[in-house]
Amino acid sequence: MKNFVFLLFIFSFSASFSSTVESSENSEEFNVTDMIMHHIKDSHEFHILDWNGKGVSIPLPVILWTEQGLVTFLSSEFHHDDDAKEVVTIKGQSFVKFHEEIYYANSEPNSSGQYVLLGIDTHPTNSKPLDFSITKLVFSMFLSIILLLLIFGISARNYRKSEKGLPKGIAKFTEPLVLFIRDEVAIPNIGEKHYKKYMPYLLTLFFFIWINNLMGLIPFFPFSANLSGNIAFTAVLAAITFAITTLVGNKNYWKHIFWMPGVPVPMKLFLAPIEFMGIFIKPISLMIRLFANISAGHIIVLSLISLIFIAETVWIAPASLFFSVFISVIEILVVAIQAYIFTMLSALYIGAAMEEHEH
Amino acid sequence: MDLVTPDVGLLFWTFVSFAILYFLLKKFAWKPILGSVNEREQSIHEALLAAEKAKNEMQNLKSDNEKILKEAKVERENMLKDAREIKAKLISEAENQAKIQASKLIESAQIAIQNEKNSAMNELKQTVVELSIGIAEKVISNELEDKNKQLKVVETMLNEASLNN
Repeated sequence: MKNFVFLLFIFSFSASFSSTVESSENSEEFNVTDMIMHHIKDSHEFHILDWNGKGVSIPLPVILWTEQGLVTFLSSEFHHDDDAKEVVTIKGQSFVKFHEEIYYANSEPNSSGQYVLLGIDTHPTNSKPLDFSITKLVFSMFLSIILLLLIFGISARNYRKSEKGLPKGIAKFTEPLVLFIRDEVAIPNIGEKHYKKYMPYLLTLFFFIWINNLMGLIPFFPFSANLSGNIAFTAVLAAITFAITTLVGNKNYWKHIFWMPGVPVPMKLFLAPIEFMGIFIKPISLMIRLFANISAGHIIVLSLISLIFIAETVWIAPASLFFSVFISVIEILVVAIQAYIFTMLSALYIGAAMEEHEH
Repeated sequence: MDLVTPDVGLLFWTFVSFAILYFLLKKFAWKPILGSVNEREQSIHEALLAAEKAKNEMQNLKSDNEKILKEAKVERENMLKDAREIKAKLISEAENQAKIQASKLIESAQIAIQNEKNSAMNELKQTVVELSIGIAEKVISNELEDKNKQLKVVETMLNEASLNN
């Protein structure tokens, strides 16, 4: 199985690169940064592989909230264009896609055939509709939800069927993880008294992050999306933790922030703004930690693979493959740890907000 | 900069997805899983407590048994001691009784013997008297013929009779 995954890993990359390399010979040089950035960012279509120099991808629905209401169409309408050269006109409104962002199109193309007006920093100055598309990342997220519901739905059913509530089948695998979250994360950080209330949140959080991290590591369709390495994803999860922490914070918690007990008054005044900033810094650190770790993992693996194309020799392939497999294996560990850290810190912040101080 | 600018769409979908996932998993997975795990832990806890209780009871039972055994042993010892005492007493009593009986018997035997002896003596005396009288008659009748001879015979006979006594 491992070998199989490994082979697919090689093939998927070699497939996607072969055409790029061919085209790079007759156009410009292979741009590693563009390729990597393109991979770790969101996309309106799910690219599977390139075949005879043509990309094969799954079109995904584009959902836009425009000035004239909801507009939906399939991303295949853009015909793989990502340079604002293909205009889609629906309900009298024209749209173009430029670097995976959808803009209202100009009526006339500019000198290089683009229907947008580029600013100084090569960013289009055109206005944008609100984009609620089912992108590659959203698609991947839905898939992860289906997988989670399957795994834990079956686990829960296994308990119902077994005698005396013994775990059976897949529940034998999931139970230690659930118990780990309960015994090592929830109880030590939140405390015996209140932990039960936050178990569903912590469990959902942990498994949601972990499965999306893992799915990002699998380098072929329908996985490989860098969802947990996207700041929007981590921002939402961090914001939920922030909201819970702020809502459950008791008198002690706020007192420790604005009027720290046990220190002289000038110190209290000095500490208050720092502690107040801390309220926001904590979730922001959660957000950035997960985003940066997962993105970095993807970037390292892709960079190692790209070594072959940077050096333009096949002889470096064994080394770059060896290292990318090595890093991938480490990443399996890292993604579990990152999911654990996010959950653990969330529990810690919630626990700290509810702590009963004995002064 | 694109990398750290969150997309509105993804923010929206992540929130919606997470909320839906949270409620579905809470209802259909975490509740039954944590419920049965809790139930199982409760039952294990109870079983352990019951085992501990049973162990204590066994301990109590064992010590009770030992106590009873000890008491039984003491009782047996006492009984044996009593029996031995009774035996000794019985034996000594029997001995005494036997002694008394024996002495009584001996005494009565002695008395009987004395009586018999006395009566025998009396009878002997009677017989001796009768014999003497008979002899005396014969001697007298004979000796009346020979006086000296008569005297000699009487003397001899008398001597014999006294020797036989």
